[in-house]
Amino acid sequence: MTGPTRPPPLVRAIVERDRRALARAISLIENGAPEAAAIARAIYPRTGRIPIVGLTGPLGVGKSSLINLLVNRLRDLDRTVAVIAVDPSSPFTGGSVLGDRIRFERPATDPGVFFRSMASRGEAGGVAAATREVARLMEAAGFDVVIVETVGSGQVDVAIRDIATTSVVVLVPHLGDEVQTLKAGLFEIADVFCVNKADLPGADLARRDLKELVGLGAGRAGWSASVVATSTQPAAGIEELWNAVEAHEQFLDRTGARALEERRRLAVEIVARVREFVGRALAARLERDPELKRLLDRVVARSIDPRSAAERLGRQATRR
Amino acid sequence: MPRHARNAPIRVLIAKPGLDGHDRGAKVVARALRDAGMEVIYAGLRQTPEEIVRAALEEDVDLIGLSILSGAHMALFPKVLTLLKRERAADIPVFAGGIIPDEDARRLRKAGIRAIFGPGSSLEEIVTTARKLARSAQ
Repeated sequence: MTGPTRPPPLVRAIVERDRRALARAISLIENGAPEAAAIARAIYPRTGRIPIVGLTGPLGVGKSSLINLLVNRLRDLDRTVAVIAVDPSSPFTGGSVLGDRIRFERPATDPGVFFRSMASRGEAGGVAAATREVARLMEAAGFDVVIVETVGSGQVDVAIRDIATTSVVVLVPHLGDEVQTLKAGLFEIADVFCVNKADLPGADLARRDLKELVGLGAGRAGWSASVVATSTQPAAGIEELWNAVEAHEQFLDRTGARALEERRRLAVEIVARVREFVGRALAARLERDPELKRLLDRVVARSIDPRSAAERLGRQATRR
Repeated sequence: MPRHARNAPIRVLIAKPGLDGHDRGAKVVARALRDAGMEVIYAGLRQTPEEIVRAALEEDVDLIGLSILSGAHMALFPKVLTLLKRERAADIPVFAGGIIPDEDARRLRKAGIRAIFGPGSSLEEIVTTARKLARSAQ
């Protein structure tokens, strides 16, 4: 499986900046197609060098509009940028409406930008692993920066931390009092806080509360999160927002935190893949493998409980 | 090359070319396709043919749906088809909806628009056709 193999033709096309090849490869990764493993393997050595900027935060705070402006800012700086915008899949039908593209206003002729919508499909951990691979494809295709927008969700949407090199948490005024900022979850993962819609009343208060939180030492690895105010109509603070991201990226390089963080993220990614792999294999075997079937029968008969059965299987699987 | 693994959701781009602001029909169709289990990339209002084709390529869609009520369909739809051809993406089927006179509809079908839905079309019919077109392209 490993060792020097010729890269698939699709990978060569991606590296040569064929946009349709990139788009196709993203689908193959997303769908877990048989070709996905070879593609992921071939591009991996070319990756891991660019900033992956994650934007997360509640529904409707303006993440898509901010990304549109960030893309313009990056283009002004002559940097190319690819965007991954994730929206939720219906847990009932599997369907999805991916609407982040509406805010995207680049000229159709600009080859320095690539925008891809992704449905969240399964559970959060799996999305993170697929998103990382898609971001790698984009890096292999020569983009200088990847921006990832997560599903607009609630307080515990922290998977972005396992994808992005810099996590931006986007908030708006009047999301609640300062006690909200003490809660676990979103507030723990920000490298940059962005108070968007800063033209609304209450923005100063929100910014002050966040600054106080940062002052309490909420940061990780010696970085204390910066707080930036932005608005998108009309655009304001976008330059400051990008500068704050860059400052964090420089911090990562200066302190060696980049390598440590990447090591942590890769461990998370491997474990997520293993969980997926083992879970699928086990689910298929539980009804087919006679030994596992007997174990399941005993659980059904209430002679052994599910937790003990799982522990027994887990011990078998991880025995060295 | 096989495009997708089996059972992968159908991806469809819904866009409104031209300048009219009447997007209710497009939204209703987007929702119906979503409820049918498809991933709908909703590109919204006032899209140029260039933007539509670019979105279709980047999103690697199986199908493009265009909605128009401005009367400019005879100019804009063929432009989308031409651009798709130029990008060697004429394999992506295009269907349309809106206020399109019968005579125009005939000519557009001849030009390569695969299905056209006027007022009174049932959502069931649209979903069935969309699925059939997308699967034929995959």
